[in-house]
Amino acid sequence: MVGTYSPANVSDWLVPGRDLFLALQVLGIASFMYIVSKRMVPLVRAQADPRFDRPLTRLGRVFKFWLGQWKHPRYRFAGTLHIVIFAGFILLAARAFTVLIVGVSPTFVVPGLSGRFGPIYETLTDYAATVVFLCMVVAAVRRLVFKPARYAVPAKFGKGHTAAAVFLLGLIALLMVADSLFSASRFAGLSQQGQSAESPAFLSLPWMIEIAIASMPRATLWSLNVGAYLVHAIAFYFLLCYRPFGIQFHVETSLFSVYFSKLDRGTLKPVRWDVPDDHLDQVKSFGVKTFEDFTWKHILDFYSCADCGRCADNCPSNTVGRPLAPRFLTIKARDYVFQHYPVFGKSNNGKPLIGNLYSEDEIWSCTTCGACEEECPLLVEYIDKIVDLRRGMIDDGNVPQSLQKPLKALESRGNPYGKMEKKRGDWTKNPALQQTSPVKVLDAKNGADTLYFVDSITSYDDRMQSIGRATARILSGLGKNFGILGSAEKDSGHEVRRFGEEMLFQALRDHNTEAIKESGVARIVTSDPHAFNALKHDYKDVPPVEHISQVLASEAKAGNLRFNSVEEWPENKDRVYTYHDPCYLGRHNQVYDDPRDVLDSIPGLKRVEMQRSRDRSFCCGGGGLMLFYEPKEEQRMGVVRVRMAAEAGANVIVTACPFCMVNIEDAIKVAGMEGKMSVMDLTEVVDQHMVREVGEKTVTTEKLELTTVGG
Amino acid sequence: MEILVCARRVPDTSENEIELNSAGNDIERDELVYSVNEADNYAVEEALQIRDRVGGNVTVVTVDSEDGEEILRRQLAMGANQAALISDDAFNGSDGKGIATILKKFVEKGHYDLVLTGVQADDGAAQVGGMLAAMLDYPYASLVNSIGVEDGKLKVSREIAGGNREINEIDLPCVLSIQTGINEPRYVGMRGIRQVASVPIPTLARSDLLIDQGAVGEAAAKVKRIDYFVPASSKGAEILHGSREENANRVLELVAAKGGLN
Repeated sequence: MVGTYSPANVSDWLVPGRDLFLALQVLGIASFMYIVSKRMVPLVRAQADPRFDRPLTRLGRVFKFWLGQWKHPRYRFAGTLHIVIFAGFILLAARAFTVLIVGVSPTFVVPGLSGRFGPIYETLTDYAATVVFLCMVVAAVRRLVFKPARYAVPAKFGKGHTAAAVFLLGLIALLMVADSLFSASRFAGLSQQGQSAESPAFLSLPWMIEIAIASMPRATLWSLNVGAYLVHAIAFYFLLCYRPFGIQFHVETSLFSVYFSKLDRGTLKPVRWDVPDDHLDQVKSFGVKTFEDFTWKHILDFYSCADCGRCADNCPSNTVGRPLAPRFLTIKARDYVFQHYPVFGKSNNGKPLIGNLYSEDEIWSCTTCGACEEECPLLVEYIDKIVDLRRGMIDDGNVPQSLQKPLKALESRGNPYGKMEKKRGDWTKNPALQQTSPVKVLDAKNGADTLYFVDSITSYDDRMQSIGRATARILSGLGKNFGILGSAEKDSGHEVRRFGEEMLFQALRDHNTEAIKESGVARIVTSDPHAFNALKHDYKDVPPVEHISQVLASEAKAGNLRFNSVEEWPENKDRVYTYHDPCYLGRHNQVYDDPRDVLDSIPGLKRVEMQRSRDRSFCCGGGGLMLFYEPKEEQRMGVVRVRMAAEAGANVIVTACPFCMVNIEDAIKVAGMEGKMSVMDLTEVVDQHMVREVGEKTVTTEKLELTTVGG
Repeated sequence: MEILVCARRVPDTSENEIELNSAGNDIERDELVYSVNEADNYAVEEALQIRDRVGGNVTVVTVDSEDGEEILRRQLAMGANQAALISDDAFNGSDGKGIATILKKFVEKGHYDLVLTGVQADDGAAQVGGMLAAMLDYPYASLVNSIGVEDGKLKVSREIAGGNREINEIDLPCVLSIQTGINEPRYVGMRGIRQVASVPIPTLARSDLLIDQGAVGEAAAKVKRIDYFVPASSKGAEILHGSREENANRVLELVAAKGGLN
């Protein structure tokens, strides 16, 4: 009878095995519950965060990102290793459960595994335990011998995490060995008693152990079996209670983190989820100043981070040596919460985060490019946290001097440069433009179907005005009835909001919303991805907005936008183009194909991809107010990006964002690559090549400063 | 410590394009936006920091039309305890001495241990601080770039030629003119200003301060602005009118021609 061969039947100890194991399990589970309840304390004290909507969408994400491990293969080797371990764990869950119970109730079988699925499941889990064990060995070797750079901990962020990681791997390996030894010794014991049992799966870990111990005396086998059981049970419960003390907690929390993850790209959390905009004046403090100002989901994120380092590995700020690595934003917060909400002893509210846990520069360093969030397998959020920390600093008046002037100018003039409002539309007063494609300023008398929302940089910056004019020529070439708001337009406020100045943003938004409504337009087009994202996600009640690249792609597809072959410009024959994805067009709004489709529909245009493209695009250095911020860094993001373009074999970087243009243009100079590399906006490329019905192609195009390559 | 900061509202050069009016006797003021004078903002920040270290109150005062309330509101949002607007048509056209006379009367109405001014207004002549000190018979230090409080006295430093610093001990009460860069003034956002929107700011007229009509206003002014002009570019000055690239290249050529690039 199978049941007799169970550690529950140990009788020569002080207490019967059954009682001992029952006590062990009750103790283990009670400890775990206690620790988890302690971990819940800061979540309960945290800010509101409504994440209980759209359950089906959320379940879908659980299937994709949790069960499906969707993000993992982005790092081929580590990702595959994780998928295998995860699958092994999922498979082993029922087995581990059974093993624990049989120590108390020898005949227990998980429902559904009693019939013919039983042996199949046994075989599968024999292999699962084996594979997980091997993965632990591989992972440990990787950690100890190969030491991937992204796991390193710079001194400024504390001590290395290798010892903790290897300890964890060792624990899991021990669990696998104990489990295998338990089933191997049981089989060997039963065989010697002449009883039948399922033999371990061929070549699995239990199988190998069984061969090694088969000839041992029956008593030894029994001792091994009981010993393995004890080790397994202790290791299991130790691991269970140890998990809430470090990265291994993600085993429990990841499911919840993924279920409650942020659903809407490009959006920003409001100052307070539970306070509407028009009641914000009554809120005493803005943003995150102390730990409890984070929302519960953001604290859950801190628990869930698995310290895989992918965020920091992709973070442009970290790459160029700014004092920010998203990984440590989380790790430091987790260390903080463990310290201030201890398992034993009283929870205590700590000091302000800025100046203690985080430095000011660390928080201002983020360009909100979203690379970290795109990469995180557990969908940990960073931008909302950064912005909330900035809101706290703004509220305390703690703002770098370099940002105060542009913020003040935005308040008084509606643009960060302090230029006169009445000159906002002056870029249209270019004689050549007025002759071919006059741009009307919308008002009560002059209406239009489409609003071209220009935004500050394209309106005022000499170089970027060329993007405005190219856009205007294209729109009029396509026969669009469009206009601009002129002096009635103010900055979209996209970066104002992302730099934490919510009230100023709201003033700008309200002004623009009013002006847009008054203009009576049916849709909005913009050539600035930051304005695009603001109008699309930060504004409410404005007509639908498109980025110019989307308009161009659909017009090209419909056959309304046709191009002359690049061969008509023999001087350009050596040009190799590469497209740089602006963060707020690509990652935040998923517009990857439209700009590429437009470029590819220009006959003869040679285009190459940079290694980091599409959702892995590398930020140029950031837009809006980031142009005024003086970061502490070793090199410029733009320079890194320009080198990537050169590596890809390109000599023209095409982008679709005026801020990318500023940063890349400067970077080309800083990198000393003038003459070898140039940058153009997508609208400029289209403007140059589009077939116009009104005559020669060159009449209307503008001579660009930087269109010649190699000269 | 009771601290008074004298501040002034000026057209911010970084947010305006300063142009002469058609008469040529003033700048075009129609579309100007105003801010608190930069050096005064540093003075307020310094006052707040001293108060936060040693306790006391910070009062900000300005002599202006009713529009002066705008900057006082901002300084209250920064953290000043109170503000006062001194406003009277009789003050129009006062010169530096006139303004100092008005401020002296205000200082005498209160009990201030320390009076701060900005080193100079963007459109001013750096004279009010010194005159005010002399009228009050207070000690005065100008161009101050650090302040240390030591019982009953201050240790102030100021930058002297060559980037060196000089430390002075000065008795209280005193008047100091504050140099920009002495600290990093805190940011004041819209929210801060809204929060102090209902804080009352008293307005004081000539009669409230018992100021003699003959001592202030245009009639009393002995320094008068008689012209306003943009200096003509003289020999040796060259204004580059090309594109950015061309200008940069031209600058390189010029520097190289003078032996600046070796």
